[in-house]
Amino acid sequence: MDAPGQPPDPIADAQLALQLFLIAPGALGGVSLRGFGPAREHLVEALRDAARLHRLPPGIDDERLLGGIDLAASLSAGRAIAMPGLLTEAKGGVLLIPMAERLAEATAGRLAQGMDTGDGAPGLVLLDDGIESDDRPPATLLERAAFHCDLSRAESLPDTMLKPAGQIAIDQVAMLNEEALGKLAATAAALGIHSIRPMLFAATTARAHAAFQGRKTIAEADLTIAARLVFAPRAVQMPMPEEDPPNEPDQPDNTTQDNQSDTNQPSEGEVEDVVLEAALAAIPPDILAAMADGKLQRRGTGSSAGKRRKSALRGRPLGTQPGMPRGGARLALIDTLRTAIPWQKLRQRAVQSPSQGVIVRKQDLRIRRFEERAGMVTVFCVDASGSAAFARLAEAKGAVELMLAQAHVTRSEVALIAFRGDGAELLLPPTRSLTRARRTLGDLPGGGGTPLAAGLSLAHEMGASIIAKGRTALLVVLTDGRANIAADGTASRSRAGEDAEHAAKAIARAGLDSLVIDISPRSSPDAALLAKAMQGRFLALPRADAKALHQAVSAAKPKVAA
Amino acid sequence: MARFPFSAIVGQNEMKDALLIAAVEPAIGGVMVFGDRGTGKSTAARALAQLLPPISAVEDCRFGCLPEEKGTCPDPCTSGRVRKRPVPFVDLPLGATEDRLVGALDLERALRAGEKVFEPGLLAKAHRGFLYIDEINLLEDHLVDLLLDVAASGENVVEREGLSVRHRARFVLVGSGNPEEGELRPQLLDRFGLSVEVRTPEAIADRVEIMRRCAAQEADAESFAKDWRAADEAILKQIARGRKKLATMTVPDDVLEDAASLCIAVGADGLRGELTLMRAAKAMAALKGDKAVRRDHLIAVAPMALRHRLRRDVLDETGSTVRIARALDELFG
Repeated sequence: MDAPGQPPDPIADAQLALQLFLIAPGALGGVSLRGFGPAREHLVEALRDAARLHRLPPGIDDERLLGGIDLAASLSAGRAIAMPGLLTEAKGGVLLIPMAERLAEATAGRLAQGMDTGDGAPGLVLLDDGIESDDRPPATLLERAAFHCDLSRAESLPDTMLKPAGQIAIDQVAMLNEEALGKLAATAAALGIHSIRPMLFAATTARAHAAFQGRKTIAEADLTIAARLVFAPRAVQMPMPEEDPPNEPDQPDNTTQDNQSDTNQPSEGEVEDVVLEAALAAIPPDILAAMADGKLQRRGTGSSAGKRRKSALRGRPLGTQPGMPRGGARLALIDTLRTAIPWQKLRQRAVQSPSQGVIVRKQDLRIRRFEERAGMVTVFCVDASGSAAFARLAEAKGAVELMLAQAHVTRSEVALIAFRGDGAELLLPPTRSLTRARRTLGDLPGGGGTPLAAGLSLAHEMGASIIAKGRTALLVVLTDGRANIAADGTASRSRAGEDAEHAAKAIARAGLDSLVIDISPRSSPDAALLAKAMQGRFLALPRADAKALHQAVSAAKPKVAA
Repeated sequence: MARFPFSAIVGQNEMKDALLIAAVEPAIGGVMVFGDRGTGKSTAARALAQLLPPISAVEDCRFGCLPEEKGTCPDPCTSGRVRKRPVPFVDLPLGATEDRLVGALDLERALRAGEKVFEPGLLAKAHRGFLYIDEINLLEDHLVDLLLDVAASGENVVEREGLSVRHRARFVLVGSGNPEEGELRPQLLDRFGLSVEVRTPEAIADRVEIMRRCAAQEADAESFAKDWRAADEAILKQIARGRKKLATMTVPDDVLEDAASLCIAVGADGLRGELTLMRAAKAMAALKGDKAVRRDHLIAVAPMALRHRLRRDVLDETGSTVRIARALDELFG
């Protein structure tokens, strides 16, 4: 994936980002370091030397985070014992968040709230161990962290020394003038960055860099650094072709360009190009590839938010179990008292001054348990090959949209996988968002071979990960069953058929519920055989319209959901 | 952090109007703000709460009782003294539990002293102020139901854990969300009074202005606030005048007819659309200092009052804002 003319060394950039972050932790919010490895460990070590570092324990509860009553200690002492929260302890320092991609949304919400309102809220360093592209720290925190550094491709070890926080004063650097702000704003607009926060981050970054270099005014280098570190990882579009970027009145599908041409920039020109150029050079290559394909999704998916299984929190009551009411688990008061009451005489005798209250010990505490109904995710696996023909593809698209509209009411979710050419890809991770789904579907191209095996394997993976999260998965495969690309990408009809059968049987072994919908113009045995191998249901729908397809899927559902 | 002055927010006129309408007429039933992250949604709501003059309440009352309501809350408050307190602004964190929201049994007192005492939740704290919910589309459905119910009735009724408590909870509900990340069910959306869409200003000059003001505020919050005090006070006066005017606001019959025909033209479901449209138009007229509601007030508030009530056609790409604009054009040209 390493293209020639690679952007600057990711490690050097990450180091610089951390350094600038230490200069103004409050204003810059945080740094996200993605990719586990020695390079990152090294940087964290350096950070430890330079700043007061607190570590956020995974699965922290609200009491520990915000402070509250220490229940166990209070009970044994017989009076309320307060416990300071980690946010208070870390005030003015740096909070290290390991495994940030697994951070609970609730905790992220608390942290974001602290950053938005609190004076001296700690700066965050998010250690992101995610590998998949939708495996990211909560978007609420990514949005509030100025720098997103990707170290997953880093190789060399940095010789790192970070100057401690407070040694460099940012205050001595002058504010950015109108022209510099204009350049930053134009660059952000050209890269399709709409949020205001990155622009504020970039302005602060430029000042921090000037302070770092010992200057009192902003130079061009500061702006390019700011664009590279803040804007590049957030870019969602490539700027329009170079020739006279600001003077293109007719750009029908690019509103930012239109507006750019409306505003008269006094001295726009070379310098701004340099800033933009710097940002472009640092855009990760995989984003460029995705842009080229025209299917870049927004970064930081919130799609899986708020659906974690927490049986101690909500759902149908299931009775109680011994345990501490922390991490959101609720105390079952009656059961706790019921456990404590038989012991009252003994306990009253044991304490010196008998009180009239009930004496409750830690071991008496009972918490409630709930059974939460697993959510349902329908994974559509769509054959977008040439043989599946474009007309049928449109029908499949229509069915997915109808399903999604229904998902509004039933709160179920939809994911979309397409396979064509030489592979399969996940177009839409499980989502309820009509907006996103419609856009993705609209952009789905058709044509090429039929890599059925690849499509089925991806659907299998997807289904397994949905089940691992405690939800129910239904695979709906829309294909004509005529595989002609083998699992390894070679064009061989016989091997492709075998591979597809293997993949289908693997799905059956995993016990995933499935439904095969034959979308070939004339009904053929291929798709039916596939359904048999998957031990799924089969529907032949010659000339189905979207509504009929939708009804078929709905009819297949109750069997699965029951 | 020092507040960002409400008047210093660049652009976002629709959101500002909606918030002002809600401040003048809390019965409007909440404002839903749709937009990307970093468009100043919470900044605007927070700024408005802090702009409003302090409210007087019974000293130390956990339920924020008005002086004349003394002793009527579950506590009940006994202090004879009245204290000013800032207008409450409660930021509901993502992942808040029902206990936190509605209140629960005070565990510590229950276990130690055997007393059954109600520990008020965030709803009590938000009484007479604002309840802001970021990413309301990610909130559990039953919590959204509960919130909208309380917001509409102005009362929080708790019947759980052997508690039976009711207390006043009148607040302006401000929800925000990004439709890219999952949508609110239409049933819930319909219960919000107003709905606005915010977008970051696209013009470079506006964006530069935003950065300039943020930088100025960061550098010296006090002098920045001073620069904007006059403008903020003008808004404050406008709200106060609006509240006074609202009581005597009249709606001519032809405006009522306009409202009804508009709702029919866009196909808004139910009567809630008409009612909200009328209320919003009245508040708008009051804000503008007019004596009676006119057609232009109606037109000004129509998009935010009706946008989220149109029946959704999945396969129709036309946005609801466009559909309303079209209907307005056809009817009133």
